[in-house]
Parts: sequence; structure tokens; C-alpha cells
Amino acid sequence: MEDLNFQHQVRARAGGTRQSAIVGVVASGNLEVLVERSLPDAECAVDIKTAAVGFGAVWSAVIGDFVERYSPGGLKFSINDGGARPDTVSLRLAQAVRLIAEAGQ
Amino acid sequence: MTLDNILASLFPDGHEVRNDKGVILGSATLRSGGRMLVLGVADRTALGVDEAIRLSGHVLESIDRDSGPILVLVDSDSQRMSKRDEMLGLNEFLAHLAKVLIHADMNGRPTIGLLYGHSAAGALLATGLATRVLVGLPGADPAVMDLPSMAKVTKLSMEALQEKAKSTPVFAPGLSNLAQMGAVHMTWSNATSLADQLEALLAALPAVQDRRDALGKERGGRLKATEIAERVHDLALQAR
Amino acid sequence: MTAPLKDITPAERARSTSFYEASARTRLELLLDAGSFVEFIGPEQREVSPHLKIFDLPEQFDDGIVVGHGRLDGSPVFVAAQEGRFMGGAFGEVHGAKLTGLLRAARRISSIPVLILFDTGGVRLQEANAGELAIAEIMRAVMEARSAGAKVIGLIGGRSGCYGGGGLIAGCCSALIVSEPGRIAVSGPEVIETNRGIEEFDSRDRALVWRTMGGKHRRLLGAADVFADDNVQDFREAALELLGLLGPFGLDRLKAEQRRLADRLRSFGDCGDAVDIWTAEGIAHAEAVPELPADQFIALANRIGRTSRDAR
Repeated sequence: MEDLNFQHQVRARAGGTRQSAIVGVVASGNLEVLVERSLPDAECAVDIKTAAVGFGAVWSAVIGDFVERYSPGGLKFSINDGGARPDTVSLRLAQAVRLIAEAGQ
Repeated sequence: MTLDNILASLFPDGHEVRNDKGVILGSATLRSGGRMLVLGVADRTALGVDEAIRLSGHVLESIDRDSGPILVLVDSDSQRMSKRDEMLGLNEFLAHLAKVLIHADMNGRPTIGLLYGHSAAGALLATGLATRVLVGLPGADPAVMDLPSMAKVTKLSMEALQEKAKSTPVFAPGLSNLAQMGAVHMTWSNATSLADQLEALLAALPAVQDRRDALGKERGGRLKATEIAERVHDLALQAR
Repeated sequence: MTAPLKDITPAERARSTSFYEASARTRLELLLDAGSFVEFIGPEQREVSPHLKIFDLPEQFDDGIVVGHGRLDGSPVFVAAQEGRFMGGAFGEVHGAKLTGLLRAARRISSIPVLILFDTGGVRLQEANAGELAIAEIMRAVMEARSAGAKVIGLIGGRSGCYGGGGLIAGCCSALIVSEPGRIAVSGPEVIETNRGIEEFDSRDRALVWRTMGGKHRRLLGAADVFADDNVQDFREAALELLGLLGPFGLDRLKAEQRRLADRLRSFGDCGDAVDIWTAEGIAHAEAVPELPADQFIALANRIGRTSRDAR
């Protein structure tokens, strides 16, 4: 297993009022993303525990693209990864940010 | 100790316990004078539908008729692994045996398991682990799953598993691991009278409440179970 | 044109969602009244397994089981849903303890039933001793809850089925709902093949696996009480139906169960295959049962009439 961490400054706070949301399942080729609204508005952090070792640069690129596209300010993403492909990771991150923006607590 | 030696040592005043092709059925006189129902699995026999139905029937026949504690002797294989047993609903037969033992224990017939040989998986769940107190005898070798099968499924070598087993009691077979987990409450000595040890246990039986998770925490084998169960329990009581 | 997503009622959404394909969380979301679910020890608590790191395996924040409280047609229920895709839905220390605590609460508040959405291969090998013990404690807790008057209903229809110790817990429930993809057994197909040889049981013969352990056979045998089509709404309706029908637990039920199981052994103990059992039960063209669509199968099963209503 490998632990990775990424911090970003972003231009806007993520929408919605929900405090947390979860998407995905930890399984081969899949991942879970827990997102919590726990950071200052202009910050975003991503903590990853991954079963696939040595892909730091790929994670960096995927998260960089995601942050640029969605500006998830104030959100902390915690990931348990079972070896998902980059497009699955992007999908889950997008699902997470949409879910936490939904109405609800 | 052989089954005959165990029975003789447990019941010096006599017993009517038969071993019929691995199915133990009968009753015995306690040193204190009362009676004890006796059942179990012997000779490392697999526990299948045919065995389980006889064992549960033996307890149910006794429930209205007798009083006193119930002894479950265990030297079994795992559950019987066959097409026939599964087709006939083995899960229900094994669950029914456990249910009957649990019901007896909750209704004035305390149950004591005595693990003197092997047991594994579904057989252990339906017998020893369905009693209020599970006692081990030296030399007993319970397992949830044997290491070679674990090695095959986890794709680790036996050596790697054995190495990991040195630092945790959480997966490897053995009486001491299960004791540390809280499954086995105590181990008796086979150098002194089993009747003495049984009498001492009957005089100081733990309460009917299932405290195996707390026991596992005290012994360092399961540090999370009791706390998590308590937290969920408390949240659930508040939730309605 | 299909209706926009927001115009679909919860019931329509639940009817069009495969129970088998859905995650544990989606099953609960659609099974319960909309927005009624409150989770106990949710993923943000990060109560992961303390044992998986020894094996360098990834953890899941809820350790593969979601437990909590919700409403079913307005009435309170406790629920537990296993995630069959995480470690095969297997029982580990934390996973099991969440269900144990829920059942112990149900014993205290005996008026709130418990729905267990099983999706499990049994004990989690990496935590074998803790998992086995958890199952033993859950079995005890189910019986204590039932003895206090609580109903405990099992729902089985997921990818991992209901195997191993999960099958024993299921056998302790007040009643079981099963769908076509559901399977209930103690040993898995591969283990039987390894033990007894491919001539007795070819684990890759899917039809054989389903005849022996699958939802339709379990319904016809009376090992499960209600057969549901593979969608969440059907499971929801089956649960509501059962909650209205189930009686209290007592010694009489155990005696009836002894008779029921002994009868089953007498009637079918010499059958070589499940098709022989179905034929013996009076089903013409028994070999066609696996192909029957759900509504026809349910009608057939209700005609045959084997349930465990007064037993179990």
C-alpha cells in the first residue's frame, strides 16, 4: 500500500451545504471517495491510500485536472483505492463533488 | 484424552453417554447429584444434516422433561461439505442446532462446551460457539480455516502466514488464539479430575449475557469489537 | 420519451433498480422511505479494520457494512446492509461488531424490527478468528432479539450471496426473502468440488450451483420464505408483507422447526439433485423451473406452499 497527499489552492468554494458524502466501493479496479466540507474555502486536499504502488505522478495529474475543472474549495477528499484506472478515479471524484452539492445535511 | 477417559473423569458417578458413529448423545450424573444432558460430535466427524438433526432433537426432547446444565463435547471436522447437505439446506440444520442450544441457555439450562479435539468453521459455530461457556482441553485444536487453505485463497505462502501469525492471534488456528479472542473462556487441566473442574465451573457460572467481546478486549485479542458494538447500540437507542 | 429523472417516484426508481447490481448504500436508500436513513458509525468516523494492514490490503471506511435506522412505510426499522464487493462482504471484527450492536439494541427496543441485507462469503480469512466469533455473537444476538419480540428479516440477493457463517445467521432469522441471483449455503461451490471431486460438484456448472443453492431452490425447499424479483421495490414490498405476518418466537417454533427439518430429510434425503426434490414436491416439468420468470415462479411457489411460517 502507498499513501499519497495533495493540497491545492482553488479559486472558488464548492457548492452545497452537505457536510460529507461517500461514493464508490473498495474493490479491484474500484475506489471509495469520502468527501468532507472541512477546509477553508480556497483550499482543497486529497489523501489517498492505494493498493497500486508507484503511480504518484498519475495521481498528481488526475487530481490536478479535477481540481482545475471543479474548483472544490473547502473540500477534503479521502480515498481508499483498490487499483482503479485514472478515468474511474476522475469519475468518482466528480460523483463525490456532485453528491456533496446536493440538498441535504 | 480419549472420549471415554473424558467421560469417566467428568462423571465418576456414572453416565449413559453413547457415541453412535460420531454423534454423542446421552446424559450423566453430576457429583452434586443432579443430572447433565450430554451431546456432541466425536472422532473428528463432519457435522452434516443427519448429525445435526439428531443433536438438536436430543436437546429439544430434554427441554420440557429435564432440568440442569447441558454439556456439548466437541471433536468434529468442519461442516460436511457435500452437494447433498447443501441441497437439503445445511445452513438451516446447523442454525437450528445453535438456536436450540442458545434457547436452552437462555431458559434455565446453562450450556457448557468442551472442546477436546478439532472443530472448524460451521461445525464450531453450531456447537462450541453456541454455548455460554466454552472450555478447552490441552491438545484441542480448533480452527476457523486451516493454514494451507488460507494460503491458497490469500495467495500467500504458508511461511508468510506463519510469520504474520506470530504478531497477531486474529487469524491462525489454535486454542490459545481463540482464548485470546474471547471464544474459549478457559482451558482445563487433564492432569486433575475433570469432575472437580466441572463442579467448580458450575458453582461459578458466568451470567447468561454474552460477554465474549469484552473478554476478547481484556485479553488483548479483540480491541475494537466491544467498543464498536456498544457505540452502535447506544446510537440505536437514541435514534427512534 | 421517458420521464425526466426528477419525475420518477421513489417506488418507480426502486422498481427499476436491480438489487443485485446496487451497492449496499443504494439498496438502503431505495428500500427505505426517502430521506429516512440515519447511519450509525458512518464512513466519516473511519472505523476501519485494524487487521488488513498486516496483509497490505486496502481498507474501507465503513468496513463493508452500513448500519442504521430508517422508516419502512412510516414505521421505524433498524437496517444493516453488507457491501458484497468489499472483501466479498466478509465478516471482520469491526464489520461484525456493527451488526452485533444493532441487534443488541433491537433486543432492548423489541418493537423495532431488524432488516439484514446479507451479501457475504462468510468469515473474512485475514481476521478469521474475529470474524467467526462475530458471527457467533450475532447469532446469539439475533436469538436474544427475537426472544424479546423483535422480528429479524434477512434479504438475500447480492453478488456474494449468503455463504458460510452468513448462512447460519440467515438460518436464525425470523424469515428470509431471496431473489433469483441470491444463493444461500455454508460451503461454497469450489470448496465442495475440492472436497468431493468434480463428479459430485462441478463448481463451474452455474446451473448446478443455482439448483443446489440458488434463490428458486431455497424458496421451493422452504429455506427462504418469500421470493422477490431482482429489484429493490420487490424486496421492500416483501419485507412489508412479512412484517405484517410474522408471529412471535418461542419454544413451539423450535419444536415445529425440528419437525419441519426432519420431514424434509425424510422426504428428500435420498434425492440426487434439486430437480428430483421439485418433482417430488409435485411440480410438473421441474427442469423448467430455472427458466421461469419471477411472477410465474412466485405463483408456482405459493401453490406448492412450503414456508416456515410457524417454524424457524
